[in-house]
Amino acid sequence: MKELDKNPFKIANREALIGVILVIFHFTWWFAFAYGLGKKDPADYQYILGFPAWFFYSCIAGIIIMSILVFIIVKFFFTDIPFDDEEFEQS
Amino acid sequence: MNLVATITLFSSVAIIFLIGLLASRTNNTSASFMEDYYLGGRSLGGFVLAMTMTATYGSASSFIGGPGVAYNEGLGWVLLSVIQVSTGYFTLMILGKRFAIVAKKYKAITMVDFLKERYQSKWVVLLSSFSIIVFLFSAMAAQWIGGGRLIESITGLSYHSALLIFVLTVLVYVTFGGFRAVTLTDSIQGTIMLIGTVILLTSIIIAGGGISSIMTDLSTENPNLITPYGADGTLSPQYVSSFWILVGVGVVALPQIVIRAMSYKNTRSFHRALIIGTIVVGIIMLNMHLIGVFARPILPGIEVADTVIPLIALEVLPAWLAGIVLAAPLAAIMSTVDSLLLLVSSTIVKDVYINYIQPHAPRKKVRKLSMTITAILGIIVYLIAIHPPDLIIWLNLYTIGGLEAAFIWPVVMGIYWKRGNKYGAIAAIITGFSSYILFQAFYPEPFGMHAVVSSIGISLIAYVGVSLSLKKV
Repeated sequence: MKELDKNPFKIANREALIGVILVIFHFTWWFAFAYGLGKKDPADYQYILGFPAWFFYSCIAGIIIMSILVFIIVKFFFTDIPFDDEEFEQS
Repeated sequence: MNLVATITLFSSVAIIFLIGLLASRTNNTSASFMEDYYLGGRSLGGFVLAMTMTATYGSASSFIGGPGVAYNEGLGWVLLSVIQVSTGYFTLMILGKRFAIVAKKYKAITMVDFLKERYQSKWVVLLSSFSIIVFLFSAMAAQWIGGGRLIESITGLSYHSALLIFVLTVLVYVTFGGFRAVTLTDSIQGTIMLIGTVILLTSIIIAGGGISSIMTDLSTENPNLITPYGADGTLSPQYVSSFWILVGVGVVALPQIVIRAMSYKNTRSFHRALIIGTIVVGIIMLNMHLIGVFARPILPGIEVADTVIPLIALEVLPAWLAGIVLAAPLAAIMSTVDSLLLLVSSTIVKDVYINYIQPHAPRKKVRKLSMTITAILGIIVYLIAIHPPDLIIWLNLYTIGGLEAAFIWPVVMGIYWKRGNKYGAIAAIITGFSSYILFQAFYPEPFGMHAVVSSIGISLIAYVGVSLSLKKV
Protein backbone atom coordinates (compact mmCIF):
# COMPACT_ATOMS: atom_id res chain seq x y z
CA MET A 1 0.00 0.00 0.00
CA LYS A 2 2.74 2.40 0.97
CA GLU A 3 4.48 1.87 -2.35
CA LEU A 4 1.64 3.60 -4.13
CA ASP A 5 1.82 6.95 -2.42
CA LYS A 6 5.48 7.80 -2.06
CA ASN A 7 4.87 11.39 -3.08
CA PRO A 8 5.37 13.40 0.15
CA PHE A 9 2.76 15.96 -0.85
CA LYS A 10 0.15 13.24 -1.32
CA ILE A 11 1.00 11.74 2.03
CA ALA A 12 0.81 15.16 3.66
CA ASN A 13 -2.56 15.89 2.04
CA ARG A 14 -4.00 12.61 3.20
CA GLU A 15 -2.78 13.21 6.72
CA ALA A 16 -4.26 16.70 6.81
CA LEU A 17 -7.57 15.21 5.69
CA ILE A 18 -7.37 12.71 8.54
CA GLY A 19 -6.94 15.71 10.88
CA VAL A 20 -10.16 17.24 9.56
CA ILE A 21 -12.09 13.97 9.91
CA LEU A 22 -10.78 13.51 13.46
CA VAL A 23 -11.85 16.98 14.53
CA ILE A 24 -15.34 16.47 13.05
CA PHE A 25 -15.68 13.16 14.84
CA HIS A 26 -14.43 14.75 18.08
CA PHE A 27 -16.92 17.60 17.78
CA THR A 28 -19.83 15.23 17.12
CA TRP A 29 -18.93 13.05 20.09
CA TRP A 30 -18.51 16.06 22.34
CA PHE A 31 -21.74 17.74 21.25
CA ALA A 32 -23.96 14.64 21.21
CA PHE A 33 -23.10 13.53 24.74
CA ALA A 34 -22.92 16.99 26.30
CA TYR A 35 -26.26 18.24 25.06
CA GLY A 36 -27.94 14.87 24.48
CA LEU A 37 -27.53 13.73 28.08
CA GLY A 38 -27.10 17.16 29.66
CA LYS A 39 -30.42 18.71 28.66
CA LYS A 40 -32.35 16.65 31.22
CA ASP A 41 -33.38 18.11 34.54
CA PRO A 42 -30.25 17.98 36.76
CA ALA A 43 -32.31 16.03 39.33
CA ASP A 44 -32.59 13.14 36.83
CA TYR A 45 -28.88 13.00 36.02
CA GLN A 46 -27.09 9.71 36.22
CA TYR A 47 -23.59 9.66 37.65
CA ILE A 48 -20.47 7.82 36.58
CA LEU A 49 -17.47 7.83 38.94
CA GLY A 50 -19.09 10.78 40.67
CA PHE A 51 -19.42 12.89 37.51
CA PRO A 52 -22.74 13.61 35.76
CA ALA A 53 -23.00 11.16 32.84
CA TRP A 54 -23.00 13.88 30.15
CA PHE A 55 -19.78 15.30 31.51
CA PHE A 56 -18.13 11.94 31.91
CA TYR A 57 -18.81 10.83 28.34
CA SER A 58 -18.39 14.15 26.60
CA CYS A 59 -15.28 15.45 28.36
CA ILE A 60 -13.46 12.67 30.18
CA ALA A 61 -14.20 9.75 27.85
CA GLY A 62 -13.90 12.15 24.90
CA ILE A 63 -10.31 13.01 25.79
CA ILE A 64 -9.41 9.37 26.39
CA ILE A 65 -10.95 8.25 23.10
CA MET A 66 -9.26 11.02 21.14
CA SER A 67 -5.90 10.18 22.68
CA ILE A 68 -6.31 6.53 21.74
CA LEU A 69 -7.53 7.39 18.23
CA VAL A 70 -4.64 9.78 17.62
CA PHE A 71 -2.23 7.15 18.87
CA ILE A 72 -3.64 4.43 16.59
CA ILE A 73 -3.89 6.67 13.55
CA VAL A 74 -0.39 8.09 13.93
CA LYS A 75 1.14 4.68 14.56
CA PHE A 76 -0.55 2.88 11.69
CA PHE A 77 -1.57 5.43 9.08
CA PHE A 78 1.06 8.12 9.19
CA THR A 79 4.11 7.67 7.01
CA ASP A 80 7.64 8.77 7.75
CA ILE A 81 9.08 10.95 5.03
CA PRO A 82 12.65 12.17 4.93
CA PHE A 83 13.11 15.93 5.12
CA ASP A 84 16.66 16.10 3.86
CA ASP A 85 15.92 14.13 0.74
CA GLU A 86 16.74 16.16 -2.36
CA GLU A 87 14.27 14.35 -4.60
CA PHE A 88 11.14 16.09 -3.42
CA GLU A 89 12.70 19.53 -3.63
CA GLN A 90 11.35 19.86 -7.14
CA SER A 91 7.90 18.41 -6.55
CA MET B 1 3.05 36.31 52.75
CA ASN B 2 3.87 32.65 52.80
CA LEU B 3 7.61 32.22 53.25
CA VAL B 4 7.94 28.53 52.44
CA ALA B 5 5.77 28.76 49.33
CA THR B 6 7.74 31.80 48.20
CA ILE B 7 11.04 29.99 48.55
CA THR B 8 9.96 26.89 46.63
CA LEU B 9 8.28 29.02 43.96
CA PHE B 10 11.41 31.02 43.31
CA SER B 11 13.67 27.97 43.43
CA SER B 12 11.61 26.37 40.68
CA VAL B 13 11.82 29.54 38.66
CA ALA B 14 15.58 29.77 39.29
CA ILE B 15 16.12 26.24 37.99
CA ILE B 16 14.21 27.03 34.82
CA PHE B 17 16.28 30.18 34.44
CA LEU B 18 19.57 28.31 34.80
CA ILE B 19 18.62 25.83 32.13
CA GLY B 20 17.78 28.67 29.77
CA LEU B 21 21.27 30.07 30.25
CA LEU B 22 22.99 26.72 29.85
CA ALA B 23 21.07 25.97 26.67
CA SER B 24 22.09 29.28 25.17
CA ARG B 25 25.72 28.13 25.12
CA THR B 26 25.08 25.78 22.24
CA ASN B 27 24.14 28.79 20.12
CA ASN B 28 27.62 29.62 18.89
CA THR B 29 28.25 26.47 16.92
CA SER B 30 25.53 26.70 14.29
CA ALA B 31 26.02 28.06 10.80
CA SER B 32 22.96 30.26 10.49
CA PHE B 33 22.43 32.49 13.49
CA MET B 34 18.92 33.45 12.40
CA GLU B 35 17.75 29.90 11.99
CA ASP B 36 19.27 28.91 15.30
CA TYR B 37 18.17 31.88 17.39
CA TYR B 38 14.62 31.98 16.12
CA LEU B 39 13.93 28.34 15.22
CA GLY B 40 16.39 26.28 17.25
CA GLY B 41 18.03 25.10 14.02
CA ARG B 42 14.88 23.13 13.06
CA SER B 43 15.94 20.34 15.34
CA LEU B 44 13.18 19.88 17.89
CA GLY B 45 12.41 16.37 19.04
CA GLY B 46 8.90 15.03 19.62
CA PHE B 47 8.64 15.61 23.35
CA VAL B 48 10.06 19.11 23.17
CA LEU B 49 7.78 20.00 20.25
CA ALA B 50 4.66 18.78 22.05
CA MET B 51 5.58 20.56 25.25
CA THR B 52 6.51 23.83 23.60
CA MET B 53 3.19 23.86 21.73
CA THR B 54 1.32 23.18 24.96
CA ALA B 55 3.26 25.67 27.02
CA THR B 56 2.99 28.41 24.40
CA TYR B 57 -0.68 27.94 23.96
CA GLY B 58 -1.59 27.36 27.58
CA SER B 59 -1.16 30.93 28.68
CA ALA B 60 -2.38 33.00 31.59
CA SER B 61 -5.94 32.54 30.36
CA SER B 62 -5.95 28.77 30.74
CA PHE B 63 -4.17 28.75 34.09
CA ILE B 64 -5.47 31.78 35.91
CA GLY B 65 -8.45 33.23 34.06
CA GLY B 66 -10.04 29.99 32.84
CA PRO B 67 -10.26 28.18 36.19
CA GLY B 68 -11.59 31.41 37.69
CA VAL B 69 -14.48 31.42 35.20
CA ALA B 70 -15.04 27.70 35.81
CA TYR B 71 -15.35 28.50 39.52
CA ASN B 72 -18.26 30.78 38.71
CA GLU B 73 -19.88 28.89 35.83
CA GLY B 74 -19.46 25.26 36.87
CA LEU B 75 -19.05 22.23 34.58
CA GLY B 76 -20.38 24.11 31.54
CA TRP B 77 -17.11 26.01 31.39
CA VAL B 78 -15.07 22.83 31.65
CA LEU B 79 -17.04 21.55 28.66
CA LEU B 80 -15.95 24.65 26.77
CA SER B 81 -12.34 24.35 27.84
CA VAL B 82 -11.82 20.74 26.80
CA ILE B 83 -12.41 21.86 23.21
CA GLN B 84 -8.77 22.90 23.36
CA VAL B 85 -7.76 19.23 23.28
CA SER B 86 -8.36 19.39 19.54
CA THR B 87 -5.44 21.82 19.17
CA GLY B 88 -3.16 18.99 20.35
CA TYR B 89 -3.63 17.05 17.14
CA PHE B 90 -5.45 19.34 14.70
CA THR B 91 -2.93 22.18 14.35
CA LEU B 92 0.00 19.86 13.74
CA MET B 93 -1.93 17.59 11.39
CA ILE B 94 -3.24 20.46 9.28
CA LEU B 95 -0.03 22.42 8.96
CA GLY B 96 1.61 19.05 8.95
CA LYS B 97 4.37 17.70 6.82
CA ARG B 98 3.49 19.77 3.84
CA PHE B 99 4.08 22.99 5.74
CA ALA B 100 7.40 21.79 7.15
CA ILE B 101 8.58 20.76 3.68
CA VAL B 102 7.53 24.04 2.10
CA ALA B 103 8.93 26.12 4.96
CA LYS B 104 12.23 24.35 4.67
CA LYS B 105 12.32 24.84 0.92
CA TYR B 106 11.59 28.53 1.32
CA LYS B 107 14.13 28.68 4.15
CA ALA B 108 11.33 30.36 6.10
CA ILE B 109 12.10 31.26 9.69
CA THR B 110 8.93 33.10 10.61
CA MET B 111 5.30 32.89 9.59
CA VAL B 112 5.77 36.12 7.67
CA ASP B 113 8.68 34.52 5.79
CA PHE B 114 6.37 31.81 4.67
CA LEU B 115 3.72 34.30 3.55
CA LYS B 116 6.38 36.36 1.77
CA GLU B 117 7.70 33.44 -0.27
CA ARG B 118 4.27 32.05 -0.92
CA TYR B 119 2.64 35.26 -2.11
CA GLN B 120 5.68 37.28 -3.26
CA SER B 121 4.11 40.52 -2.13
CA LYS B 122 5.50 43.39 -0.14
CA TRP B 123 2.03 44.31 1.06
CA VAL B 124 1.31 40.89 2.47
CA VAL B 125 4.57 41.12 4.41
CA LEU B 126 4.00 44.62 5.74
CA LEU B 127 0.34 44.01 6.63
CA SER B 128 1.07 40.80 8.46
CA SER B 129 4.16 42.16 10.23
CA PHE B 130 2.15 45.12 11.36
CA SER B 131 -0.71 43.05 12.77
CA ILE B 132 1.68 40.66 14.48
CA ILE B 133 3.63 43.45 16.14
CA VAL B 134 0.56 45.36 17.32
CA PHE B 135 -1.46 42.41 18.58
CA LEU B 136 1.20 40.20 20.04
CA PHE B 137 2.80 43.17 21.71
CA SER B 138 -0.38 43.87 23.63
CA ALA B 139 -0.94 40.19 24.31
CA MET B 140 2.51 40.14 25.82
CA ALA B 141 1.87 43.13 28.06
CA ALA B 142 -1.29 41.48 29.38
CA GLN B 143 0.61 38.30 30.18
CA TRP B 144 3.25 40.26 32.08
CA ILE B 145 0.59 41.91 34.15
CA GLY B 146 -0.83 38.43 34.87
CA GLY B 147 2.62 37.13 35.87
CA GLY B 148 3.24 40.09 38.14
CA ARG B 149 -0.17 39.66 39.82
CA LEU B 150 0.41 35.96 40.39
CA ILE B 151 3.77 36.52 42.10
CA GLU B 152 2.17 39.33 44.09
CA SER B 153 -0.66 37.10 45.35
CA ILE B 154 1.63 34.26 46.41
CA THR B 155 4.51 36.16 47.95
CA GLY B 156 2.87 39.32 49.20
CA LEU B 157 5.56 41.40 47.47
CA SER B 158 4.35 44.66 45.94
CA TYR B 159 3.11 44.47 42.35
CA HIS B 160 6.11 46.47 41.11
CA SER B 161 8.76 44.26 42.69
CA ALA B 162 6.87 41.15 41.60
CA LEU B 163 6.74 42.43 38.04
CA LEU B 164 10.42 43.32 38.09
CA ILE B 165 11.42 39.82 39.21
CA PHE B 166 9.25 38.29 36.53
CA VAL B 167 10.59 40.53 33.78
CA LEU B 168 14.26 40.09 34.64
CA THR B 169 13.98 36.31 34.57
CA VAL B 170 12.23 36.23 31.23
CA LEU B 171 14.48 38.84 29.62
CA VAL B 172 17.79 37.30 30.52
CA TYR B 173 17.06 33.92 29.11
CA VAL B 174 15.14 34.98 26.05
CA THR B 175 17.74 37.56 25.08
CA PHE B 176 20.69 35.21 25.37
CA GLY B 177 19.10 31.86 24.77
CA GLY B 178 16.81 32.37 21.78
CA PHE B 179 14.36 29.78 20.55
CA ARG B 180 16.25 26.70 21.65
CA ALA B 181 16.48 27.93 25.23
CA VAL B 182 12.82 28.86 25.15
CA THR B 183 11.66 25.50 23.84
CA LEU B 184 13.84 23.64 26.31
CA THR B 185 12.52 25.59 29.24
CA ASP B 186 9.05 25.13 27.75
CA SER B 187 9.49 21.38 28.10
CA ILE B 188 10.37 21.69 31.75
CA GLN B 189 7.51 24.10 32.33
CA GLY B 190 5.11 21.84 30.47
CA THR B 191 6.17 18.96 32.68
CA ILE B 192 5.71 21.06 35.83
CA MET B 193 2.25 22.07 34.63
CA LEU B 194 1.28 18.49 33.92
CA ILE B 195 2.41 17.07 37.26
CA GLY B 196 1.30 20.19 39.15
CA THR B 197 -2.29 20.03 37.91
CA VAL B 198 -2.55 16.32 38.73
CA ILE B 199 -1.29 16.86 42.29
CA LEU B 200 -3.54 19.85 42.83
CA LEU B 201 -6.66 18.14 41.49
CA THR B 202 -6.08 15.03 43.59
CA SER B 203 -5.59 17.09 46.74
CA ILE B 204 -8.75 19.06 46.06
CA ILE B 205 -10.83 15.92 45.54
CA ILE B 206 -9.52 14.58 48.85
CA ALA B 207 -10.17 17.90 50.62
CA GLY B 208 -13.71 18.00 49.21
CA GLY B 209 -14.50 14.48 50.41
CA GLY B 210 -14.58 12.75 47.00
CA ILE B 211 -16.12 13.65 43.64
CA SER B 212 -19.66 12.56 44.52
CA SER B 213 -19.81 14.72 47.58
CA ILE B 214 -18.40 17.71 45.67
CA MET B 215 -21.07 17.23 43.00
CA THR B 216 -23.79 17.08 45.65
CA ASP B 217 -22.49 20.28 47.24
CA LEU B 218 -22.46 21.99 43.85
CA SER B 219 -25.98 20.96 42.88
CA THR B 220 -27.33 21.89 46.30
CA GLU B 221 -25.91 25.36 45.88
CA ASN B 222 -27.13 25.77 42.29
CA PRO B 223 -28.21 22.81 40.10
CA ASN B 224 -27.09 24.74 37.01
CA LEU B 225 -23.46 24.35 38.09
CA ILE B 226 -23.52 20.70 37.03
CA THR B 227 -25.36 21.27 33.72
CA PRO B 228 -23.66 22.19 30.42
CA TYR B 229 -25.43 25.57 30.42
CA GLY B 230 -23.48 27.62 32.96
CA ALA B 231 -24.46 29.04 36.35
CA ASP B 232 -27.40 31.11 35.08
CA GLY B 233 -28.17 28.95 32.05
CA THR B 234 -26.75 31.42 29.52
CA LEU B 235 -24.12 29.22 27.82
CA SER B 236 -26.10 28.19 24.74
CA PRO B 237 -25.01 25.17 22.68
CA GLN B 238 -24.24 27.27 19.61
CA TYR B 239 -22.21 29.78 21.61
CA VAL B 240 -20.13 27.10 23.31
CA SER B 241 -19.77 25.20 20.03
CA SER B 242 -18.39 28.30 18.31
CA PHE B 243 -15.38 28.02 20.59
CA TRP B 244 -14.36 25.07 18.43
CA ILE B 245 -13.32 27.76 15.99
CA LEU B 246 -11.80 30.23 18.46
CA VAL B 247 -9.79 27.93 20.70
CA GLY B 248 -9.74 24.76 18.59
CA VAL B 249 -9.47 24.82 14.83
CA GLY B 250 -8.54 28.51 14.50
CA VAL B 251 -5.41 28.15 16.61
CA VAL B 252 -3.79 26.83 13.45
CA ALA B 253 -3.32 30.47 12.37
CA LEU B 254 -1.61 31.86 15.47
CA PRO B 255 1.94 32.88 14.52
CA GLN B 256 3.49 31.47 17.71
CA ILE B 257 1.98 28.07 16.91
CA VAL B 258 2.80 28.23 13.21
CA ILE B 259 6.53 28.72 13.72
CA ARG B 260 6.64 25.72 16.00
CA ALA B 261 5.18 23.61 13.22
CA MET B 262 8.25 24.32 11.10
CA SER B 263 10.86 23.69 13.73
CA TYR B 264 10.84 19.93 14.18
CA LYS B 265 13.66 17.64 13.25
CA ASN B 266 11.96 14.84 11.33
CA THR B 267 8.62 13.15 10.90
CA ARG B 268 9.29 10.79 13.77
CA SER B 269 9.42 13.69 16.20
CA PHE B 270 6.31 15.06 14.51
CA HIS B 271 4.42 11.82 15.10
CA ARG B 272 5.49 11.64 18.72
CA ALA B 273 4.50 15.28 19.23
CA LEU B 274 0.98 14.56 17.95
CA ILE B 275 0.43 11.80 20.48
CA ILE B 276 2.12 13.47 23.44
CA GLY B 277 0.52 16.83 22.64
CA THR B 278 -3.03 15.46 22.57
CA ILE B 279 -2.65 13.62 25.87
CA VAL B 280 -0.84 16.45 27.64
CA VAL B 281 -3.22 19.20 26.52
CA GLY B 282 -6.14 16.93 27.44
CA ILE B 283 -4.92 16.29 30.97
CA ILE B 284 -3.90 19.88 31.64
CA MET B 285 -7.09 21.51 30.33
CA LEU B 286 -9.44 19.04 32.02
CA ASN B 287 -7.60 19.19 35.33
CA MET B 288 -7.09 22.95 35.54
CA HIS B 289 -10.73 23.75 34.90
CA LEU B 290 -12.03 20.97 37.12
CA ILE B 291 -9.83 22.42 39.85
CA GLY B 292 -11.67 25.71 39.37
CA VAL B 293 -15.10 24.04 39.70
CA PHE B 294 -14.14 21.80 42.63
CA ALA B 295 -12.64 24.75 44.50
CA ARG B 296 -16.11 26.23 44.90
CA PRO B 297 -17.49 24.07 47.73
CA ILE B 298 -14.12 24.11 49.53
CA LEU B 299 -13.48 27.85 49.37
CA PRO B 300 -16.83 29.53 48.72
CA GLY B 301 -17.18 33.23 48.06
CA ILE B 302 -13.92 34.09 46.28
CA GLU B 303 -14.59 37.48 44.74
CA VAL B 304 -11.66 37.97 42.38
CA ALA B 305 -11.81 35.03 39.97
CA ASP B 306 -8.11 35.28 39.06
CA THR B 307 -7.08 34.40 42.61
CA VAL B 308 -8.93 31.05 42.72
CA ILE B 309 -5.92 28.94 41.73
CA PRO B 310 -3.33 30.50 44.11
CA LEU B 311 -5.81 30.52 47.00
CA ILE B 312 -6.96 26.93 46.58
CA ALA B 313 -3.39 25.69 46.19
CA LEU B 314 -2.31 27.39 49.41
CA GLU B 315 -5.44 25.98 51.09
CA VAL B 316 -5.19 22.29 50.21
CA LEU B 317 -1.45 21.72 49.79
CA PRO B 318 1.46 21.97 52.22
CA ALA B 319 3.17 25.31 51.64
CA TRP B 320 6.35 23.96 50.04
CA LEU B 321 4.36 21.92 47.55
CA ALA B 322 2.01 24.83 46.81
CA GLY B 323 5.06 26.85 45.81
CA ILE B 324 6.20 24.21 43.33
CA VAL B 325 2.71 23.60 41.94
CA LEU B 326 2.09 27.31 41.49
CA ALA B 327 5.29 27.45 39.50
CA ALA B 328 3.11 25.77 36.84
CA PRO B 329 0.84 28.71 36.01
CA LEU B 330 3.80 31.03 36.40
CA ALA B 331 5.73 28.79 34.02
CA ALA B 332 2.83 28.88 31.58
CA ILE B 333 2.72 32.64 31.56
CA MET B 334 6.49 32.86 31.22
CA SER B 335 6.69 30.54 28.28
CA THR B 336 3.89 32.35 26.50
CA VAL B 337 5.73 35.58 27.09
CA ASP B 338 9.09 34.25 25.91
CA SER B 339 7.73 32.98 22.68
CA LEU B 340 5.75 36.14 22.02
CA LEU B 341 8.81 38.25 22.76
CA LEU B 342 10.90 36.22 20.39
CA LEU B 343 8.22 36.36 17.74
CA VAL B 344 7.82 40.13 17.84
CA SER B 345 11.59 40.53 17.78
CA SER B 346 11.92 38.18 14.82
CA THR B 347 9.17 40.06 13.00
CA ILE B 348 11.05 43.33 13.41
CA VAL B 349 14.52 42.01 12.64
CA LYS B 350 13.82 39.37 10.05
CA ASP B 351 10.63 40.47 8.33
CA VAL B 352 11.08 44.20 8.29
CA TYR B 353 14.77 45.04 8.79
CA ILE B 354 16.39 42.35 6.66
CA ASN B 355 13.70 42.37 4.00
CA TYR B 356 13.45 46.09 3.46
CA ILE B 357 16.14 48.02 5.28
CA GLN B 358 19.42 46.14 4.99
CA PRO B 359 19.11 42.86 3.09
CA HIS B 360 22.76 41.78 3.38
CA ALA B 361 23.55 42.63 6.96
CA PRO B 362 26.59 40.71 8.24
CA ARG B 363 25.95 37.83 10.64
CA LYS B 364 27.51 39.57 13.58
CA LYS B 365 25.34 42.61 13.13
CA VAL B 366 22.16 40.54 12.84
CA ARG B 367 23.07 38.71 16.00
CA LYS B 368 23.67 41.89 17.93
CA LEU B 369 20.53 43.46 16.53
CA SER B 370 18.34 40.45 17.37
CA MET B 371 19.47 40.42 20.96
CA THR B 372 19.24 44.19 21.36
CA ILE B 373 15.74 44.35 19.88
CA THR B 374 14.58 41.46 22.09
CA ALA B 375 15.94 43.21 25.16
CA ILE B 376 14.54 46.63 24.23
CA LEU B 377 11.12 45.15 23.52
CA GLY B 378 11.14 43.49 26.92
CA ILE B 379 11.94 46.78 28.63
CA ILE B 380 9.19 48.62 26.76
CA VAL B 381 6.64 45.98 27.72
CA TYR B 382 7.80 46.25 31.32
CA LEU B 383 7.24 49.99 31.30
CA ILE B 384 3.78 49.44 29.83
CA ALA B 385 2.92 46.76 32.38
CA ILE B 386 3.71 49.11 35.29
CA HIS B 387 0.89 51.41 34.26
CA PRO B 388 -1.14 49.45 31.73
CA PRO B 389 -3.09 51.78 29.43
CA ASP B 390 -6.68 50.72 28.69
CA LEU B 391 -5.89 50.31 25.02
CA ILE B 392 -3.59 47.37 25.80
CA ILE B 393 -6.26 45.50 27.74
CA TRP B 394 -8.73 46.16 24.95
CA LEU B 395 -6.40 45.00 22.21
CA ASN B 396 -5.49 41.88 24.11
CA LEU B 397 -9.12 40.80 24.25
CA TYR B 398 -9.14 40.81 20.47
CA THR B 399 -5.73 39.28 19.85
CA ILE B 400 -6.50 35.61 19.34
CA GLY B 401 -9.66 36.04 17.30
CA GLY B 402 -8.21 38.92 15.29
CA LEU B 403 -5.06 37.04 14.32
CA GLU B 404 -7.08 33.95 13.47
CA ALA B 405 -9.53 35.83 11.29
CA ALA B 406 -6.67 37.53 9.47
CA PHE B 407 -4.28 34.64 8.94
CA ILE B 408 -6.17 31.36 8.86
CA TRP B 409 -6.86 31.40 5.12
CA PRO B 410 -3.60 32.95 3.91
CA VAL B 411 -1.78 30.20 5.83
CA VAL B 412 -4.02 27.16 5.28
CA MET B 413 -5.02 27.94 1.70
CA GLY B 414 -1.47 29.07 1.03
CA ILE B 415 -0.38 25.53 1.81
CA TYR B 416 -3.15 23.56 0.14
CA TRP B 417 -4.63 25.66 -2.63
CA LYS B 418 -2.36 26.50 -5.55
CA ARG B 419 -4.62 29.15 -7.03
CA GLY B 420 -4.67 31.35 -3.94
CA ASN B 421 -2.68 34.51 -4.68
CA LYS B 422 -1.47 37.69 -3.07
CA TYR B 423 -4.63 39.65 -3.81
CA GLY B 424 -6.68 37.00 -2.08
CA ALA B 425 -4.30 37.01 0.87
CA ILE B 426 -4.39 40.79 1.24
CA ALA B 427 -8.19 40.77 0.96
CA ALA B 428 -8.47 37.99 3.55
CA ILE B 429 -6.17 39.73 6.03
CA ILE B 430 -7.97 43.05 5.72
CA THR B 431 -11.55 41.74 5.75
CA GLY B 432 -10.93 39.11 8.42
CA PHE B 433 -9.28 41.57 10.70
CA SER B 434 -11.56 44.55 10.26
CA SER B 435 -14.77 42.54 10.28
CA TYR B 436 -13.69 40.96 13.55
CA ILE B 437 -13.06 44.33 15.16
CA LEU B 438 -16.39 45.66 13.86
CA PHE B 439 -18.33 42.61 15.05
CA GLN B 440 -16.75 42.84 18.48
CA ALA B 441 -17.58 46.51 18.75
CA PHE B 442 -21.14 46.53 17.41
CA TYR B 443 -22.55 42.99 17.17
CA PRO B 444 -20.49 40.64 19.32
CA GLU B 445 -22.54 37.47 18.83
CA PRO B 446 -23.80 37.08 15.27
CA PHE B 447 -26.08 33.98 15.03
CA GLY B 448 -25.58 33.47 18.77
CA MET B 449 -21.96 32.53 18.11
CA HIS B 450 -18.59 34.06 18.89
CA ALA B 451 -17.73 36.78 16.37
CA VAL B 452 -14.67 34.90 15.14
CA VAL B 453 -16.88 32.40 13.28
CA SER B 454 -18.50 35.02 11.06
CA SER B 455 -15.20 36.83 10.48
CA ILE B 456 -13.47 33.65 9.38
CA GLY B 457 -16.38 33.00 7.02
CA ILE B 458 -16.14 36.48 5.51
CA SER B 459 -12.39 36.16 5.22
CA LEU B 460 -12.75 32.86 3.35
CA ILE B 461 -15.16 34.40 0.86
CA ALA B 462 -12.72 37.30 0.38
CA TYR B 463 -9.74 34.99 -0.11
CA VAL B 464 -11.38 32.69 -2.62
CA GLY B 465 -13.37 35.38 -4.42
CA VAL B 466 -10.49 37.80 -4.86
CA SER B 467 -7.98 35.06 -5.71
CA LEU B 468 -10.20 33.80 -8.49
CA SER B 469 -11.19 37.17 -9.92
CA LEU B 470 -7.75 38.81 -9.82
CA LYS B 471 -5.47 36.17 -11.31
CA LYS B 472 -1.74 36.76 -11.20
CA VAL B 473 -0.61 38.53 -14.35
